[in-house]
Amino acid sequence: MFHKIMVPIDLAHRDRMETAITVAADIAKLYGAQVCYVGATTPTPGATAHTPQEYAAKLDAFARQEGVAHGHDVASHMVISHDPTADLDQDLVKAVDAVGADLVVMATHVPHIGDRLWPSNGGRLATHTKASVFLVRADASK
Amino acid sequence: MADESTNTGIPLPEGSTDLIETDYTIGQDNYEANVGPFGLDIHNPVFAISGLSVVAFVFYALVFQEQAAAMFGALRPWLTSTFDWFFISAANVFVLFCLMLIVTPLGTVRLGGAEATPDYTYMGWFAMLFAAGMGIGLMFFGVLEPVYHMAISEPLGVASPFDADGNVIAANVDAAREMGLAATIYHWGLHPWAIYAVVALALALFSYNKGLPLSIRSAFYPIFGERVWGWTGHVIDTLAVFATLFGLATSLGLGAQQAAAGMEFVYGIENTVNTQVILIIGITAVALVSVMRGLDGGVKVLSEINMMLAALLLLFVLFVGPTLAILSGFGSGLVAYIADLAPLSNPVGRTDDSYREGWTAFYWAWWISWSPFVGMFIARVSRGRTVREFVVCVLLIPSLVCVLWMAVFGGTAIDQVFASPDTSLVKANVIDSYSPELSLFGMLADLPLAAITSTLAIILVVVFFVTSSDSGSLVIDTITAGGKVDAPVPQRMFWCIFEGVVAIVLLLGGGLGALQAMVISTGLPFTLVLLLMCWAIFQGLRSELRA
Repeated sequence: MFHKIMVPIDLAHRDRMETAITVAADIAKLYGAQVCYVGATTPTPGATAHTPQEYAAKLDAFARQEGVAHGHDVASHMVISHDPTADLDQDLVKAVDAVGADLVVMATHVPHIGDRLWPSNGGRLATHTKASVFLVRADASK
Repeated sequence: MADESTNTGIPLPEGSTDLIETDYTIGQDNYEANVGPFGLDIHNPVFAISGLSVVAFVFYALVFQEQAAAMFGALRPWLTSTFDWFFISAANVFVLFCLMLIVTPLGTVRLGGAEATPDYTYMGWFAMLFAAGMGIGLMFFGVLEPVYHMAISEPLGVASPFDADGNVIAANVDAAREMGLAATIYHWGLHPWAIYAVVALALALFSYNKGLPLSIRSAFYPIFGERVWGWTGHVIDTLAVFATLFGLATSLGLGAQQAAAGMEFVYGIENTVNTQVILIIGITAVALVSVMRGLDGGVKVLSEINMMLAALLLLFVLFVGPTLAILSGFGSGLVAYIADLAPLSNPVGRTDDSYREGWTAFYWAWWISWSPFVGMFIARVSRGRTVREFVVCVLLIPSLVCVLWMAVFGGTAIDQVFASPDTSLVKANVIDSYSPELSLFGMLADLPLAAITSTLAIILVVVFFVTSSDSGSLVIDTITAGGKVDAPVPQRMFWCIFEGVVAIVLLLGGGLGALQAMVISTGLPFTLVLLLMCWAIFQGLRSELRA
């Protein structure tokens, strides 16, 4: 049913994404799909990496590690953005087409009043791409 | 290896850079939390110290208004009259340093790595350089300064073309006209842009090529080493936030007064405090939308709109005004600038105190106090350029555009002054009485379609303020987030609103002028800082060549 599953990843906050990663791995095994981990970085040095090259290497290592742990095909896709705080929504929308994903599995927060000002990234993906979108709430304990 | 590894967005840079090995991890001192629904990712202690010290100084300026006005009001003229030689000498060093970078092999180093490609087109890049750098100043000083230097300040002792009774002295006209333009171009040409270029290059080099956070302190790594991550760096970053925020807030407050005066002159809308507060709220609201939309969707778009409107106004004045006189003024002003560059840059043995201390030293202190903000913003949008391309584009091209702007606006105004000295509104508002906020509108009023062009000018003034406000908020947010450019949106909104609130409080309570004088006074310590930056850049570029 699904061939390529896109999983947006924040390498600085992996712990908040465990549930989504596990769900994506389970679906990948069920349908024999590839999981593509998508991470966004900036041209300037950040908390995760000093350069985009370093970020790409870390994202790739993360994908490989998840592939070994869960036993599915993996890929990685890096988005370099001037201002990810403001542009992440549209960057992710473009990434869906760039990687050819037919399903997005994404960690998301419990709705709050702030969503009235800034709709969630997952909500934007659901309304602006053709892919199916599976939003996974973070563990309540985290 | 994953099965596939791809990327989109800005092209991945390639080629060697010479990263600085440091144990510091970007964001390690940051405090991350959720305040209600809003995320927080702030540097500890720069965010808190910056915010609290701004509040403390606003409180001081309000409660001890007379003392603050007396102290800072006297501090600024004392600095510019005592250290004029130092400011002028230092600015010369910055220009020479930049020219050296253009002609030596150091200019071949590329910001972001040997194969990095520019993030922005020339159009988008120039628009952002200008809008953040000096756009609003061009609107206010484009008419005022050439006329003032031509008639009153007598740079290099060139005599005024008016006698004490206001009659024209024909023999002095040509020399004064040329000096008016040359002396103005001197303040808006190579020197200010060299100041910005030094700060921007230092930040871009140590961030893109050395892997340090995009923060002012990073440029001092070659000097202070690992200590820049401690209190030495905290003080440097806090000072930069302080100068940027107060610079923006006081400019916003004073600019609202000037825009309101313009609206009264053009439309007859009464210039009251309420009008000024409404203007600040409006400018802050638009800036807020812009910072929420981010660098590409907000700041860049507004900057480009601004540049188009400015070009429209420039072309209108060029073709509707005295076109031939303007074009010949452009040529003669440029030649006079080049010819007088050395004597105008001479720091000692001059007698033109009014011009040298009151204008030149003041300007250099002003540009230098703004340089952390403008430099950091320029750095953020300049990845992928070689140092040579960067310096040529930041130094020479904006200087030429400033020459053109001054020739068109100043040239037209000077022409009006001599064409009809009895009725010229420029003469009335600059020479006969000093009403700087009305100089531009006075010039436009004496041209056809004044209602339309004055409206365009007011819109431009407001949008220039918006672009300063939004880019300034992004810069402050980045510094107070420890160099992170991906901190949560509410933080940049906080700084944008904070800036507007400080402007309104100072406008209502008094103290705008005093605090602006204080900000300009920070130009003195920052001049030393910039001289150190030149050395740091030199060291950093040499190691890049060896990499």
